Parts: sequence; C-alpha cells; structure tokens
Amino acid sequence: MKNKFLFLVVSLVWFALPVRAAEINVFAAASLTDSLRQIAAQYEKNSSDRIIFNFGASSTLARQIEEGAPADIFFSADEAKMDGLEKKNLIDPATRKSRLGNSLVVVVAADSALQIQSAADLTNASIQKIALADPQAVPAGIYAKKWLEHFQLWSVIATKVVPMENVRGALAAVESGNVEAGVVYKTDAGISKKVKVVYEVPSADAPVISYPLALVKDAQQPVAAKKFLNYLDSTEAGDIFKKFGFTLRD
Amino acid sequence: MTSEDWQIIWFTAWVAALSTLLILPFGLALAWTLARRDWPGKSIVETFVSLPLVMPPVATGLILLKLFGRRGGIGGFLHEQFNFDVIFTWRAVLLALSVMSLPLLVRSARVAFAEVNPRLEEIARTLGASDWRVFFTITAPLAARGIGAGLLLAFARALGEFGATIMIAGNIPGKTSTLSLAIFQDVQLGEDSHAFRLLGFSVVLAFTAVWCSEFLLRRKTK
Repeated sequence: MKNKFLFLVVSLVWFALPVRAAEINVFAAASLTDSLRQIAAQYEKNSSDRIIFNFGASSTLARQIEEGAPADIFFSADEAKMDGLEKKNLIDPATRKSRLGNSLVVVVAADSALQIQSAADLTNASIQKIALADPQAVPAGIYAKKWLEHFQLWSVIATKVVPMENVRGALAAVESGNVEAGVVYKTDAGISKKVKVVYEVPSADAPVISYPLALVKDAQQPVAAKKFLNYLDSTEAGDIFKKFGFTLRD
Repeated sequence: MTSEDWQIIWFTAWVAALSTLLILPFGLALAWTLARRDWPGKSIVETFVSLPLVMPPVATGLILLKLFGRRGGIGGFLHEQFNFDVIFTWRAVLLALSVMSLPLLVRSARVAFAEVNPRLEEIARTLGASDWRVFFTITAPLAARGIGAGLLLAFARALGEFGATIMIAGNIPGKTSTLSLAIFQDVQLGEDSHAFRLLGFSVVLAFTAVWCSEFLLRRKTK
C-alpha cells in the first residue's frame, strides 16, 4: 500500500515537472537511414533531446507532412519534394539548405557474374528485371529514370522495371536475388555486403542529386529542432555523412 | 476511364476469380476430410490452414517471399530446373491471393459438410452409389449454400488482398498492379482523384460479386 502511494507521488511529480527533454521528429529519406542514426547517437550523447526518425521514400514523407504528420525536420532526397512543401507553405524557407550530394550506381547480387559497362548494357536479355525506387514518385527512381532517358533507353528498360517503395526496397530486391540488377545510391550499395557495384553512373550523365533539409512550419519542437539542424550542418556530422559516401554540398 | 484503369480492374477481377477457382478442388477436399475424417494431428492441420486468416498478411507474404524467392527452397528449384520465376510476376499475385483466401473457403465448406446428415450418404451408398457419386449428388448439393458462401468470402478476400501481394508481387504497373495496390500508390503520389475513381470501381466490383452470389444462392434454395 505504501509502495503504491509512493509510486503515485513519484509519477505525479514526474509528469508535473516541465518536460526538459524534447523529442525531435525527423522525417528523412530512406537512403539516410544509417548515417543519420549514427549522427543522432552522437548528438544524443551531449543533449537531453531525443531524435525520433521516420525513414521512407521522400515522396511518401512529403505526403505525410502535407496530411499533418508530426514532423519537426524534413530531410529530402530531392529538391522537388522540398519545393512542393515550400509552395504549400509547410516548411520554413529560411532554414532550408541543400546539404548533401550522392551518386547512382548499378548493383547486382554479390554472387552474380553480370558485367555492366554502360547504361545500354541494362537492355541485355540476361537482365530480366531491374529494381528501382518507384520512378513515378521516389527521388532515387526519378534520378535513375532521368539518367536512362538521357540515353533514350527508358522506353526499352521501363518494361523490366520493378518499382519498389523506396531505394532500400530496391536494394533488398537485389540482395534477395529476385531481380538481376538494381539502380540505387552509391551510399546504399556501401552498406550491403550482399550486393556489389558493377557500374558507377558518371555525374555528367545523371541529374544533380541534392538532399535539402528544412524545419517544418508546424514543428512542435522548433527550438530543439533548430539545434539539431545546426548540428547536421557541423563538420562532425559532415564527417559521418562523408564516411557513408555522401558528398557535402557546400 | 483510361485503358490502364480497365487493365487494373480486369486484372484484379480475373486473378481473384482464378485464385478462387484454383483453391476450389483442394479447399473442398480438405474441408470434407476435416469434416468427415478423424486422424491424429487433425487439429494441427486445422490450425495451419487458418493461420493466414489470423497472421498479419505481410508476415504471410514474408514467408512466401522466402519460400518462392530465387534463393528460397521452392523458388530456387523452379528457377534452376525450369527457369520459372514467381516473385514479382503475376503468378505471385495469384499465389498470394490463393493462400490468403483458402482458409475462408475451407472454414465455410467444412461447416457445411459437417451439417449434411451422414445417414443420407449411407443410404445412397447402400443403394450402390460410389463415393464420388455420393459426394457429387448428395453431399455437395446439400452443402452448396455453405460452399457458395465460402467461395464468395474467398473471392472477396482475393479482391482486396494487399499485404501479402505487395510483399511478393510488388506493384508493377500493367503487370502486378491490382486495385488495392493502385489505390495505395495513388494516395502516396497525391493523386487522390484517380484513387477515388478506382475506389468507385472497387465498389461496383464488390457489389456485383455479392449481388450475383445472393441471387444464385436464393435460386438454389428455392
């Protein structure tokens, strides 16, 4: 009985105290999963704030923010999704910044014998299925589509495309061996031991891949979120991004 | 209505019907055995059959993905021996729908078979009818309502299946995209008006299926 009372008092005091530690909701492109988790772990060492992630296709996340999902920071894999939110007045334009760059690679399963020397090689009959992030919506897929359109190959390759929810889905499809090849970011290829890179898309052939981030207008923790935004801009965070293969945009 | 819309509706209705047809013989045999025979471990089989009904569809999809993928036991065999792929093709849709809707048919048909008076079957047998003849002229007609209801439930489940399908078939436009997958995709893309149009079609499709089956059942029992 006494114990119960004590518990009640303690919990009442606990809830009555002003909440010091903020929970910062970060909606980030799937390709940022590993690097951001490491950066957040680093950040949480020196801060009482906690970072909560929602990783997914930038298109999906942008849609969720439009519908009022509780996001403090949006970190997109392309400028178009951020532009969409900015037009709808859903992000704070003053905080917007293009932070990272990336590049595209063609991956195959680690035990595959496929060789690819150019975009045209993807039309070979030995490649029946190619996993992409959904080229209609998801940045990684849109970039890949633009790259193939650049060589007038898209119409031929489109019939082989297996569109996945996000770029990590495309990576997983290649890992599982159910598709012969996939186009993903260089940074995704780097985290998987079950795939190997057979072709790196030269930056001259592909569209510029740019990752912008910004504070969401309806952020519930704007102050804490801004602090984390600053940290993402720091050299310390930059070094972690570089370690995963991203380039820094400025 | 565009040709892509037609393709999606046609594919959805067609693959759902085919999966229902596909599970019919096996489902009825299983339901009959469960209703009429006793053997050790029967309850285990019963539970297994109902699992896809209770488990998260995505979990069932994951099991199928691991089994039928090129690195999986069944999928690997099919790929190496016959160069036959299941995952990310329309066959994966068929597989997902069949597995997900089988329990509904089996459960309904099983109850229907159990309610048929065994004495009627015995009488037919004493009059010289073979087991097959007894089944087709006595048991099946008497259980027709339950079987019909089970078929409708199975078909309805197949029309709306999402979780297992997206795991093993993906959402490939023109190839594996069903109504549910296309609606989900449209909402993701923010193309709500197209999603609403597809929603309308699925209402029509569902209404037609239910109405037809009610009509058939009513006629049967008259």
